[in-house]
Amino acid sequence: MKLNLKKIFVTKMLVGLCTIAFLSSCVNDQSDKKYNDTVDIPVNQEMTAELTSPPFVPTPIGKRMAKKLIVDLEIQEREGEMTSGVKYVYWTFGGTVPGSFIRTRVGDEVEFHLKNHPDNKLPHNIDLHAVNGPGGGAESSFVAPGHEKVFSFKVLNPGLYVYHCATAPVGMHIANGMYGLILVEPEGGLAPVDKEYYIMQGDFYTEGSYGDRGLQAFDMQKAIDEKADYVVFNGHVGAMTGDNALTAKVGETVRLFVGNGGPNLVSSFHVIGEIFDKVHVEGGSLINDNVQTTLIPAGGAAIVEFRVDVPGTFILVDHSIFRAFNKGALAMLKVEGEENKTIYSGEIRDGIYLPEGGVIQSMPTAGNKTVKEEIKALSFEEKMQFGKDKYMATCLACHQANGQGIEGAFPPLAKADYLNADVNRAIDIVLHGKTGEITVNGKNYNSVMTAQALSDEEVSNVLTYVYNSWGNSKKEVTPEMVKAVRNQ
Amino acid sequence: MKIYSTALFLLLSLFCEVTAQNDKMVLVKGGVYLPLYGAEDKVVKIEPFKMDVLPVSNSDYLKFVQENPQWKKSNIKRLFADESYLTKWKNDETFIGLPNAPVTTVSWFAAKKYCECQGKRLPTMDEWEFAAMANEDVPDAREIETYNQYILGWYETPKTYNNPIGETFKNYWGIYDLHGLVWEWTLDFNSVLISGESRKDVDKDSNLFCGSAAIGASDLMNYAAFMRYAFRGSMKARYSSQNLGFRCAKDVEN
Repeated sequence: MKLNLKKIFVTKMLVGLCTIAFLSSCVNDQSDKKYNDTVDIPVNQEMTAELTSPPFVPTPIGKRMAKKLIVDLEIQEREGEMTSGVKYVYWTFGGTVPGSFIRTRVGDEVEFHLKNHPDNKLPHNIDLHAVNGPGGGAESSFVAPGHEKVFSFKVLNPGLYVYHCATAPVGMHIANGMYGLILVEPEGGLAPVDKEYYIMQGDFYTEGSYGDRGLQAFDMQKAIDEKADYVVFNGHVGAMTGDNALTAKVGETVRLFVGNGGPNLVSSFHVIGEIFDKVHVEGGSLINDNVQTTLIPAGGAAIVEFRVDVPGTFILVDHSIFRAFNKGALAMLKVEGEENKTIYSGEIRDGIYLPEGGVIQSMPTAGNKTVKEEIKALSFEEKMQFGKDKYMATCLACHQANGQGIEGAFPPLAKADYLNADVNRAIDIVLHGKTGEITVNGKNYNSVMTAQALSDEEVSNVLTYVYNSWGNSKKEVTPEMVKAVRNQ
Repeated sequence: MKIYSTALFLLLSLFCEVTAQNDKMVLVKGGVYLPLYGAEDKVVKIEPFKMDVLPVSNSDYLKFVQENPQWKKSNIKRLFADESYLTKWKNDETFIGLPNAPVTTVSWFAAKKYCECQGKRLPTMDEWEFAAMANEDVPDAREIETYNQYILGWYETPKTYNNPIGETFKNYWGIYDLHGLVWEWTLDFNSVLISGESRKDVDKDSNLFCGSAAIGASDLMNYAAFMRYAFRGSMKARYSSQNLGFRCAKDVEN
C-alpha cells in the first residue's frame, strides 16, 4: 500500500513536472518566436516613453516585448545661449537642442503626441526618419500654437534615426534647432555597454559673426550660402566641455549615439586619441570595425562604440577641423583610472627639430575692411565679463576653463610665473603669437601659439580677465598698453 | 433646452451693439499684385478699401464683450471658439497685460463678429497681404532686404504679443503693426491650403511655389510670406492663439 501510494505520488509528480515543462515551453515559444516581418510583431500593454535631454539617453529596452509606446513631446520656442555673451532664439523639441531622445524597439507602436506651446509664434510638425509613411509623420502632425496633434506608427526597421521639423521654410526650422534622434533597437536590444551618450551636431547662421555679443538673429542669406558662423555639438558652444564633459572610467566601453541635424554641413566625426572599435555605419545594420573618422550626413546618424584604455581627456570633433577650433564643434570625454604605459607612454624625450626654421603662424587680419564699432567695456566688472566671454570663445580650447592648461602641450595661465613676470611680453604673445621653448612653473613647453586677430580693446579685456583670475597678479591691462606694444 | 439656447444665441448673434471705437481707418488705394500662391500671369486685383490703422486692443475687446455678453469667456459657445478662447483672461471682464496691447486668443468667429459690430468686416487675405507689402516708404517693399529681414527677425522674437499697439513702423498707407506685433485673422484665412508638409505641397500644387521663385536665393520674401501662409493653414475658425489678433477693414462707399 505504501508502495502503491508512493507510485501514485511519483506518477503525479511526473505528470506535474511534465505539465510545467510543457507550459514553460509554451511561454518560451511565445517570447522567442521569430517574426519574418516586423509588421507582424504583436504589442501588449501600454507604456509612456522615457524621454531624455542630451547628452543622456533613456534606459535600454533590454528584453522587453513590443508595446504601445506613448511619446509626449512639447515644442518650445525659447531664448538660449550660443556661447558666452551670445543669445539665440532656439526652436526646440522638448526644450533642448537637439530634442529629447526617443528610445523604442522594433514592433513598438508609437502613439505620438506633438504639442505646440501656446506662447509659440509658429506652427510646426515632425518628420521622423524611423516612420514608414508619407512625410515621416509630417503631414499628420502639422500643429498650430496651443494645440496638440496625435498620430501613430509602428517601428519596423532597427537603427538610429533623425527626426526634424518639416514646416515651411524647412531649412529655417532646422537651422533653429528643430531636430533630434529616435533609436529603434533590435529584438533583445543592443549589446549592453558601460556608458551611453547622445550627441548631435548642428550648424547655425547668425547676423553677427562668431562671438558677436547680444541677441543674434538668424541670417537666412548665410544659411542659403552655407556659411555657418557656429558648428556645434548639442546646440551651443561648450555643451560638453569643462564641467559638462562626458565621463567614463578606464576599461569601460562607451557608446555614442551621434546625429547630424544639419541643416547644411556633413560631419567628419572623430574622437582625438581613440579608435572606434565598432561603427554602426549611417545608424543602420552594417557594422564597420576599427574606424578613425566616420562620416555623418546631414539628416543622418551613426552609433559608435569604443573601449577607453587609458586615462585623460579625449576631444570629440568634427574633423573638418576649423569647425572644431573656430566654430565650436568640440566636446570632451574625461576618462579616469590607471595609466597603462604600454598602450600610451606619455612623452619620453623632447628634442629640437626645426628644418624650416621657426616661422610664426599668423591669422589673416581684416585688411582694409571697415571694422564695425565695437562695444567698449565701461567698468572693471564689464571688462572682466567681456574678457571672460572672449576667453571662453578663444582661449579655452588650449588653456582650459580654469587656466590650468594641459601639461606637456599648453602652458597654464593660472598662478603662472611666466605670465606674471612680464605684462608686455604677455600682450606681445597674444598679438603676435609665440613659438619655441618656454618654462612655466618649472615645466617645459615647446609648442606654437598663433597670433590672435583681436582688437586692442579685446586684448585688454581678455588679459585683464586672465590677470585677475586663478591666483594671478591682478594687473589691469588697458587698451593703451596694448596699443603701445602693437606699435613697437 | 440646449438647442433652444443655441438657437437663441445664434439669433442674438445676428444683432449686436454698434459702438464705434478706436475707429481710425485709412484708405488703401488698391491695385494689382502677384500673391505668393499665384501663377506667373495671375495677378490679383485689389479694389480700394479702408483698413484700421491699429489692431484691436485688449480694452477695445473688453468693451465689446461688455456690450455683447454672449461673447464673454464663460458664455461663448464651443462651436465658435475652443477652450483657448481668452485663455489668459482672469475672468469675463479682466484681461492680463496692457490695455493697449493687442487682443489675442480670439477665434475667427469672434473677430468677425467684432468687426461686424463696428459696421466693418475682416480684411480679405489678399487685402491684408496687399497692405502689408508696404514698408515706410513704398507700397511694395517685398524686394527690399531690410523689409524682409525685419519680418523674419520678428517671427523669431518671442512674446511680442505683450507689446503695445502702434509702436512698430507706420507704413506707406499709414497703417501700424502689420508686421512686428502679432499675426492677424483674415476673412478667408484658410483659402490657401497648406498641409504643413511643405515638401509635399511642392508636388501637389506647383502654383504654390510658382516655379523658380521658391528656389531663388534672392527670394527672402517668400520665406516670410510662407510662414504666414503656413500659420494660417494650421488654424481653424474656432481656434485661438496667443500670437494671433486682428483688425477690421471696410469697403469704400461710392
